[in-house]
Amino acid sequence: MNLQALFEPQTMAVIGVSLTNDRNPANVIFTKNHLRYPVKVFAVNLRGGELQGERVFTSLAEIPAKIDLAVIAVKAEQVPAALDECIQNKVKGVVVISGGFAESGRQDLQDRIAAMARTAGLPLVGPNCLGIYAPEKVDTFFLPSERMVRPEPGGVAVVSQSGGVLVDLMVKFAGEGVGLSHALSIGNKAVIREQDVLTYLTQEPRTTVITFYVEGFGRNEGRSFVRAAGACPKPVVVLKAGKSPGGSRAVSSHTASLSGDYAVFSEVLAQHGIVEARNELELISFCEALSCYQDTITGTIAIVTGSGGHGALAVDACSAQGLAIPVLPEKVQQEIRGKLSPSIQQIASLSNPIDLTGSAVDEDFIAVAGYLSRLPSIDCILLLLLPYLPGTSSDLGALLSQVYLREGKPLVAYIPHVEKYRMLVEGLELNRLPVSPSIEGAVLMAEALRR
Amino acid sequence: MKTVLSKEMEEIFAASRAAGWVLEPKAKQLLSMAGLAVPRFTWANGIDEATRFARGIGYPVVVKIVSPTILHKSDVGGVIIGINSDEELRAAYERFRALQGFAGMLVEEMVDGIELIVGAKVDYQFGPVILLGIGGTSVEIYKDTSIRMVPLIPQDVAAMVRGLRAHQLLEGYRGSAPIDVQALTDMLMAFSAFVMACEALIESIDLNPVKCSAKGCIVADARIMLAAEKKE
Repeated sequence: MNLQALFEPQTMAVIGVSLTNDRNPANVIFTKNHLRYPVKVFAVNLRGGELQGERVFTSLAEIPAKIDLAVIAVKAEQVPAALDECIQNKVKGVVVISGGFAESGRQDLQDRIAAMARTAGLPLVGPNCLGIYAPEKVDTFFLPSERMVRPEPGGVAVVSQSGGVLVDLMVKFAGEGVGLSHALSIGNKAVIREQDVLTYLTQEPRTTVITFYVEGFGRNEGRSFVRAAGACPKPVVVLKAGKSPGGSRAVSSHTASLSGDYAVFSEVLAQHGIVEARNELELISFCEALSCYQDTITGTIAIVTGSGGHGALAVDACSAQGLAIPVLPEKVQQEIRGKLSPSIQQIASLSNPIDLTGSAVDEDFIAVAGYLSRLPSIDCILLLLLPYLPGTSSDLGALLSQVYLREGKPLVAYIPHVEKYRMLVEGLELNRLPVSPSIEGAVLMAEALRR
Repeated sequence: MKTVLSKEMEEIFAASRAAGWVLEPKAKQLLSMAGLAVPRFTWANGIDEATRFARGIGYPVVVKIVSPTILHKSDVGGVIIGINSDEELRAAYERFRALQGFAGMLVEEMVDGIELIVGAKVDYQFGPVILLGIGGTSVEIYKDTSIRMVPLIPQDVAAMVRGLRAHQLLEGYRGSAPIDVQALTDMLMAFSAFVMACEALIESIDLNPVKCSAKGCIVADARIMLAAEKKE
């Protein structure tokens, strides 16, 4: 199935708009696409009429254009008829927003629409989903524009069974300055499933990292998914919900008891080189780091800080992840010391973590980052930047970005995220260097590069 | 990679269907045919046969109850190790005869080594998977396991061993010799092929313990649980 019409439609029909209730999901979808997206959108309602000065068509056949994408937002019982109309009119892709299928006991109705779509070779997203958000292209989420938080366009594609989790991830990606290429809620995944989207995103040029929130797979579906994800040249990050064993099923063997659903899931991901995020913090951190850096590191870290305590906490977090923080040789320490400002030369501690102390200035951080970037025994530099130190400036982020652009060794940074420090954060993030609001998050970013 | 079951193997599975699992001597026969090392054993139906076999391989031996109704042999005292004489063997035989569903006695050679568990399960989402872990009767207390989807490749086995918290036990710890990693790899590769071949017939398999030493890896106990009905 060709999914391009879903993500890059030129024309779109919204089936099921209300003529009386502008909060109707179909109306929200019509309005936002009509006002904000380049797609040509048509409203459909059996009764016809007008919506916001635009004609409401009584059927797809009436629309004077070929429809790429149809959004179906009618009651579950009416979905088969609407879908049939889409098939008759050679629509190229369908999103079924409506609920009332397998999730509420109507597996039969879901099987029916799935069979119709499959027979027609029609890609169908849903039912019971938010559908597709493709920045600057199309948005089928029935959330009013003013309520949504939209990350910048970028390289991360997010695919989620849950619409709610997807919207929440978008808020967090936006907060961390992580750019999105696509966000897709696949709901009950009657036809289009994770693996279909993976296949599309693998060859989609804007996407550099693909991440999935998965609740569960159908029988043997996980098997083919992990094989495809393992073969995908782009990093794939998976967050699995439902980690605790479901009830105490009587199991007849030790193996069955020791290999519960989650244990198998987690280990099989690792077997196929797929990055597992165990929670949202890991997912955000991994995606941010992998969208900035594609090369794999072995995991020898240099920590650069203005506070000994932060250095110690970072060492703990690195050790917990199995990242190495090698002690720098005496000769290396001497060379670094020679590059520091006179005021900290005698007080800085340089064995790794490198504590430049609260008296350090921008130039000290830049000199150390530059030196470490050229030191072969280190493959990632973890910067703990404390904007309240008097000798450093808001320019430090942009200046450190220059070091990366010149030297090419991955830098990851921790900076407390409050509005006051925003310029420092953006100095790095706008140059595509990953920054986390927590030390643990920054360490997870380094960990992600080891994939 | 994918092997098919021989006719003889199919027959053993078919004969076991009514019980829902494969009796240990038959399971060992299957595993041996699949290329896994098992101890020398006999399924004795009388004390004379048991004695003849035990004398033949030499004491000490291990004896186990064979009964289609006893799944957990240790729980009912159905496993005795270190049988050293004809008299002890006879006493064990008499005891087993009183146990439910008695269908003979398994007599086999004693094997030494670190106790591992090698298992298989047909997972709903991922299909057949193989488990390697620290084995023995306390296996569910240690919960120290690695799991991989079949088919395994030899590099998977190395990664599975590294993935065990107690992997140092296998690599030679405090003067003990490291286990024969090649034998473990060969066993897991053969097991992977076997599991793929009988995937539709099984629910899970426990080889526990598998005894591993510098001299090799031997399946000391085996239980094959059959699927409720044959899957497509």
